[in-house]
Order: sequence, then C-alpha cells, then structure tokens
Amino acid sequence: MGERHSGREYTLWSVGLLLIVLFALIPVLWIVSLSFKDPGAIAAGDTVWSSFVPEDPTFANYESLFTGGLSESPFIAPLINSIVIALIATSIAIVFAAFAAYAIARLEFPGKALILAGALAIAMFPPISTVGPLFDMWRTLGLYDTYPGLIIPYLTFALPLAIYTLVAFFREIPWDLEQAAQVDGATPVQAFRKVIIPLAAPGVFTAAILVFIFCWNDFLFAISLTSSDASRTVPAALAFFTGESQFAEPTGAIAAAASIVTIPIIIFVLIFQRRIVAGLTAGAVKG
Amino acid sequence: MAAGVSERTRSERKLGWMLCAPAVIAMVLVTAYPIAYAIILSLQELDLRFPEEGGFAGLSNYEAVLTSELWWQDFFNTTFIMVVSVAIELALGMIIALVMYRAIFGRGVIRTSVLIPYGIVTVVAAFSWFYAFDPEVGWINDLPFIADDKAWFGEQFSSFAAIITAEVWKTTPFMALLLLAGLVTIDEGLYEAAKVDGASAWQRFWKITVPLMKPAILVALLFRTLDAFRVFDTIFIMTRGAQDTESVSILGYNQLIGRLNLGLGSAVSVLIFVCVFVIAFLFIRGFGVRIQEGRPGT
Repeated sequence: MGERHSGREYTLWSVGLLLIVLFALIPVLWIVSLSFKDPGAIAAGDTVWSSFVPEDPTFANYESLFTGGLSESPFIAPLINSIVIALIATSIAIVFAAFAAYAIARLEFPGKALILAGALAIAMFPPISTVGPLFDMWRTLGLYDTYPGLIIPYLTFALPLAIYTLVAFFREIPWDLEQAAQVDGATPVQAFRKVIIPLAAPGVFTAAILVFIFCWNDFLFAISLTSSDASRTVPAALAFFTGESQFAEPTGAIAAAASIVTIPIIIFVLIFQRRIVAGLTAGAVKG
Repeated sequence: MAAGVSERTRSERKLGWMLCAPAVIAMVLVTAYPIAYAIILSLQELDLRFPEEGGFAGLSNYEAVLTSELWWQDFFNTTFIMVVSVAIELALGMIIALVMYRAIFGRGVIRTSVLIPYGIVTVVAAFSWFYAFDPEVGWINDLPFIADDKAWFGEQFSSFAAIITAEVWKTTPFMALLLLAGLVTIDEGLYEAAKVDGASAWQRFWKITVPLMKPAILVALLFRTLDAFRVFDTIFIMTRGAQDTESVSILGYNQLIGRLNLGLGSAVSVLIFVCVFVIAFLFIRGFGVRIQEGRPGT
C-alpha cells in the first residue's frame, strides 16, 4: 500500500491477525488433539493448554477405525461412499452446469432470466421440504439407501452454485479469441480445444471444488435417505458411531474419523485458496 | 423485434434450450416435483407405521401442527438461533473483512485461516464444539471466568450458546468473503476526500463504507438468514433437540424419518417452505435486495 505505519499499528495488527488465526484453527487443533488421546484418559486437564496436549499420544483411535477391514470397520465403507458419491455428483453437476452456463453466458434465448431466477430460488430452498417426498419416492423406486438416491439430490442442490459460479467465470472469457484463432487458420475444434478450454478450465475447476465441498458436507439427506453402510456417508456414519466395545464413549473414534475427513479438505483448501475465494465471490457484487 | 425470427436466432434459441435442459430437468425433478408431492402428502393422513388407516385429511395436519405447542416452541428456537447467529456473523464478518482489506501484512494468512471453517464438514465442526463444551472432556470450562463444572447442555440457553458458537464459527468466513467483495468495489478516493475534510475513521465507516456496501450486506444477510433458518446438522449432533433446543427442521425430520408420519411431517415441511418464502419475500420487498446481484454460496 505504500503507507507508513507506526509501531503501535503494527502491534495492534499483529494481535488482530493472531486472534483471527486462532479463531479459525482452534476447533481443528482440538479435534486432532482429541483423536490422539488415550481412550481411557480422554478427560481434559485443568488448564486449556493441558486439555489440548495429549499426555501419551496414541494411534489407538485411528487403529480402531480400520480394524476388521471393510466388513467390520465402522468407517471404511462410509469413507468410500462419501468419496465416490461426492465425485460422481460433482462430475455430473459440473457437466450439466457447464452446458447451461455456456448457453446463459453466450447465447440469446427466451427463458434465460427465468432459469437463473429458478436456480437462485433453489439455492434458497429448504432441503427438509424435499426429504419426505424423496424418502417416499425412493422407497417405491428402489433408490432408498443406494448411491443414486444421494447423488440425485446432491446434484440438484449443487447445480445453482455451479451454474452461478460458471456463468460469472464464462462471462469474463474473451470469446472473440475463438474466432480470431479460426481466422488464423485453426479449425473450430482446434480453436475450442486450444483457446477456449484453457481459458474456461480454471473456472470449471473452481466450481468443481465448491460443489465437491458442498456434497462432502451434506448431512440431512445422508441420514434421511440411507439406512446402512451400503450408501451411508461419513457425516451420517459419525452421528451413529457407537464406538468399539472397548470404549464406553466413542469420543476418540469420532475425533479420529473427523480428523481423517478434515485434514485432506484443509490441505485442498490451502492449495486452492485463491480459486475458492474467486469462486465464492464471483458475481457476488457487480462492480 | 421484427415479425420474422431469422433462422440464426431460431437455431440459437434451440441450442440454448437444449444446453439448459439437463440442468433444468434435474432441478425441477428434485425440487418442484417433491414440493408439490409434499403438499399432497400433507393433506393426507399417512402414517407408514399404520399404512391401512388414512386417506384424505384436508387441512387437519396443518391444524394439528399449528395448534401444537411444539411447533411454536421450535419456531421460536429456530428464529432465536437465526437472529443471534446472523447478527454475530455480520459483526464478526465485517471486522474480518475490514482487517483483510486493510491488511498491513499477512493478508494471505488470514485468507487461508478463514477458509478452514468453510471447508470443514458441519458435522465435524459440531462435534469439535460439542466436545469443547463438554464439562469433562472439553476446554471451554478451563477458560478463566467459567465455572469448571458448568453443564452447557443441561439447560436451554447455554445449549443455544454452544449451538450458536458452532454455527458462527462455521459460517462467518463466507460472510466475511462476501462483505470483502463488496468492500473492494468502494472508491478509495472517497476515503481520502473524507479524511481531508476531517472525518474520523468511525464516521468514514458509517457514512461511506456501510451505505456503499448496503447491497453486498443485504445479499449476504439474505443468504445467511435463509441458511440459518434451516439449521439442522449442528443441533442434531449437539442436543438432538433436547433441553428445548429443537429447530423446525429437526421437528420435520423427527416426524418424517423418525416416526414415519409422512402426513404430519409433510405439513411441517410445507410450513418451513412457506417461512423461507416469507423471509426471502421480506428481504426482497422490504429491504429492496436486488436479487440478480445475489448468488448461492453455501
């Protein structure tokens, strides 16, 4: 900024910075520290510091999650379900949304404004209002407790987010370059592949990250439309953890499972933070 | 437009509709159709535990819900949690946005840290705060000025405090980012001019920042308010509605999935839908939120 700042401003600023970082990190550090505590000695210490630092760090909680393999473990099947369901829902949502966003950004046709308004309305829609009917329909159609049974609602509720993000990105793309490339002798396919795809890819990727986080996060559909490890995802499984027989309370196991699903997302978010911020705020305010 | 639509326009229209069709069909099938279906279910006496009984019930399900104390208790709980958490989020989000905007150094560090709550699964955040508030396992009671044995989940309003803490932590970053996006559009020259005229920082904030950010603030408020009204995950994990902390979404879930009473549960669902509709309408008409500036986020 080029402005000069006094020592006092630096101190104040450093304190503010530290507070914000602590605010964001404490619950994460806490759940990770819980996950390394001995299941028998999970009670907190007398000070905040001793509550956060496990006395005898142990991997027992993590081991308990994976013992027994796919059939016995309370965690492996939900983890696989979460990953597969979120990936499939994200892929389909992005393809559908990219078609729609391309049309909305580039073509003139009646109904365009209606589609955008409808998508916005769906973003405000309370998911609980669809749970009863979907539960009833899925039982009749045989979709209850299956992958498609979750993929379909995820896809729908992720579409508004994907469409809005992609439209905002696609509107920024200098589409004239495509024609320019064709004037320079490129075929339409080449022009699309070499010019448009590289320009559109960052936006598509950003939308995919946001949609994936959205699907990964869902809890309401996951507990309403599944009943077993056949399709139950991690958030739902966590809520029904009873813990292995050796613990009275499943606290340690829940903390370990929560850490496992949290750490990759944090790393992911850290790597792609610029994209995520751009995606979350794209088109939020017209300058 | 001229009388004849040219061949080119017509093919462009057709292409536009074709490209939008999959998304539109998916959205209509899973929202418009189920809500219509929910309305039909809500007019019937339909309890899956007693499938033989039942039939058309008129408005009796609505009457049962609207005259029950539980619905109004839950409606109050939901509104309370919504108003308090959104108010705190707005204040905190504004502070974080201003700090990010005026960063002397470490802007990247802040952006990184505020994105962490955004990326974390709501259920995980709820568990983390649930254990933090637990008198035996947690660290909150180790803080100064808090009784070591305070049972946060033993009573209604202290349970609300825990629920609101978790909600605020999880969703403030989104608020801050939306507000920051509004903040950066303000012309820096206005602040300089106000400074020259002797306006204090406090005056500059209320006379320049807030009025110019009004559209961004209202859009952020609208989306967060609607989202907060749907509060479900955090309450389910922390109390499951015990100590009178049930929200309307939990009530709907309990009726539909817990008791398999599709008729009564659907009436609750439709009423929640109506509430959300009314909130959105109030924002759009009452505060003049320009909806085309809004966008879905969470």
